[in-house]
Amino acid sequence: MQSRGHPNRLGIRGWVGGGRWGFERYLYTLHRLTGLGLLAYFVMHIFVTSARALGPESWEQTMDVVSGPLFALGEYLVFAAFAFHAVNGIRLAVIELGFAVGRPIEPVYPYATSVGRQRRLARAVVMIAAVIALWGGLDFFVLQ
Amino acid sequence: MAGPSLKQVTFHLRRYEPGKDREPRWEDHRIEVAPGMTVLDGLWKVKELSAPSLAWRSSCRMGICGSCGMLINGRPRLACNTQIAELKSDVVAVGPLPNFSIIKDLVPDLEPMFEAHRELMPYLLRADTPEQDDPTGEYWQTPHELERYLQFSYCIKCGCCMAACPTVATDPQYAGPMPLGQAHRYNSDTRDAGFGRRREVLSGGSGPWRCHFAGECSQVCPKGVDPAKAIQLMKQDLVFDLLRLRRRRPPAAVAEAPHGTMREDIPAAPARTVTKP
Amino acid sequence: MRDRTLWTWHIGAGVVILVLLGLHMAIMHLDATLGIFGTPGAEPVEWESVVLRAQSLFFTVTYVLLLGAALYHGLYGLRNILLELNPGATLRRTINVGLSVFGLALFAFGTWAALAAPGAAMAMGG
Repeated sequence: MQSRGHPNRLGIRGWVGGGRWGFERYLYTLHRLTGLGLLAYFVMHIFVTSARALGPESWEQTMDVVSGPLFALGEYLVFAAFAFHAVNGIRLAVIELGFAVGRPIEPVYPYATSVGRQRRLARAVVMIAAVIALWGGLDFFVLQ
Repeated sequence: MAGPSLKQVTFHLRRYEPGKDREPRWEDHRIEVAPGMTVLDGLWKVKELSAPSLAWRSSCRMGICGSCGMLINGRPRLACNTQIAELKSDVVAVGPLPNFSIIKDLVPDLEPMFEAHRELMPYLLRADTPEQDDPTGEYWQTPHELERYLQFSYCIKCGCCMAACPTVATDPQYAGPMPLGQAHRYNSDTRDAGFGRRREVLSGGSGPWRCHFAGECSQVCPKGVDPAKAIQLMKQDLVFDLLRLRRRRPPAAVAEAPHGTMREDIPAAPARTVTKP
Repeated sequence: MRDRTLWTWHIGAGVVILVLLGLHMAIMHLDATLGIFGTPGAEPVEWESVVLRAQSLFFTVTYVLLLGAALYHGLYGLRNILLELNPGATLRRTINVGLSVFGLALFAFGTWAALAAPGAAMAMGG
C-alpha cells in the first residue's frame, strides 16, 4: 500500500539490530546465519556424497578433494552451526507453538513478559550448544 | 530559596521538512532540564525556545493515548513516559519511529499499521447482528474468560512494537505485532465468533508465520501488552485448528434478566433492632 | 491457507531432522567418543563403512527421509528470508516455483544416489 512521506524502513539493518537490542534478537540473527550456512553446505554435501553411487574409486577421489585442514575446519564450523541451530530450533519450536511463553496475566509494572519467561531457556540453549560444539571439537581436532 | 537543580542537556533531533529537505537531518538544541522532566517536556521546551517549527504528535502526556511513540536514544519509547534522567546521558537523541514513513520531523505515517489492523477485523464478530445493533442485555463472561485476553486489550496502538520488530523492518506484507496481537485479543474473547473469518487472513503471508520470536516487541511495549506472547499463542491456536485439535465453543450467550414468579423461599427480614425515639 | 500449512510442515521436518541429523552427526563426528553404528577399525568416511551403511535398509530409508526433510526445511527457511526482503509479484512467484523445482530435483538426485549405491557396492565387490 502506498504510504505518504519519506521512506524510513530499517531494512536488513533491522535484522542485525543496533546494539541496544535484547539477547533474543541476536539468537534470531545467529539462527538465520547458521541456517543459511547449513543449507549451502547441505546442497554441496548432496553432490559430494553422491560419489558413492559410482563406486570406490570415485568415492576415494572425492574424499581426497575434500580432505585437508581447510575442509576440516569448515566441517567443524558446520558441526558447530548445527549444534546451535538444532538446540535453538528446539527452543523456537517449543515457544512458537505457544508453550513456555506463559499465560496472559494482568500487566503490573515492571512488566513480566514472555521474553523474560523464556530467558532461562535461551541461556540454557546457548550453554548446551556450546557444550556440544566443544565435544565435537574434541572429536575433530584432538582425538583423531 | 534554592530552586530545583538544572542541568544542560542536548536534544539531538531528527528534522525533515517535506518539500524542502531531500533527506532527514540531525539538529542539536541545548536546553536546561529539571529533575522529573520527561522527553516530551523537553520537546516542548525546545519548541518554545529554539525550534518553533518542530512537529510531533502528543496528547494525553500520561502514557495512555499512544500518540507520542518515538525513537529515543535508540529504542522506541513513549516520549511522555520517558524521564530524561532515566536515559543517563547528556544527549537525548529523538527520531521518528522507524519502519514508518516520515511525514514531517518526528511524525510517522501510521496508516499502514492501521490498515493491517482493520484487515484483521478488530471487533466482535457474531452471527446475532440484531442483538448487536439493538442490545437487550450484556454477554456472559466469567473472570477466568476475561483473563485470557485482558492483557492484550491494554494496547494503546502506539506503534513502538512495529518499530522494534525485525520482520516489519523489511517486509511490508507482514501485519506486525500490533495487528496480530489484537487479532488474538479478539480470537480469545469468548464473546467473539470470528475466528473462522480472521483465519482466512491469518493463514496467508501477512499472518504470524513471519514472526521468529526476536522478542523486541514485548520488550519495548510501554503498556506490558506482550504482543510476542499473543502471537505465539495465536500460532498454537491456528496450528491446532489445522490439526483439528482446537476446541470449538459457541460464543457467549446474552445474559437475560430474570423473569417469571418470585422465589417463594426467600426468608422474611429480621425484626428491627433500632427503635425510633 | 498455504502459509499456515507450510509452516507446520517446517516444524515437523525440523523435529525429524533433529533426530536423524543428530544421529548422522553422532555417527560421523562423534565416533571417537561414542562409536555408535561404527565399523570397528574403519573411519566412518572410509569406503568400508560407506558400503556397510549402503547395504543396510535402515540407513537407506533414513537417508532418504533425512534428505527430504532437510531439503524442505532448509528451502522453506530460505524462502522466508527471500520473501521478507519484499520482492515484487513476479519475483515472488519465481522464488516459489524456483525453490520447489530445485528442491524436487535435488531430492530425486539424492534418492538415486542413496538407492544406486548398494548396487554399485555389490557390483564393484567393495
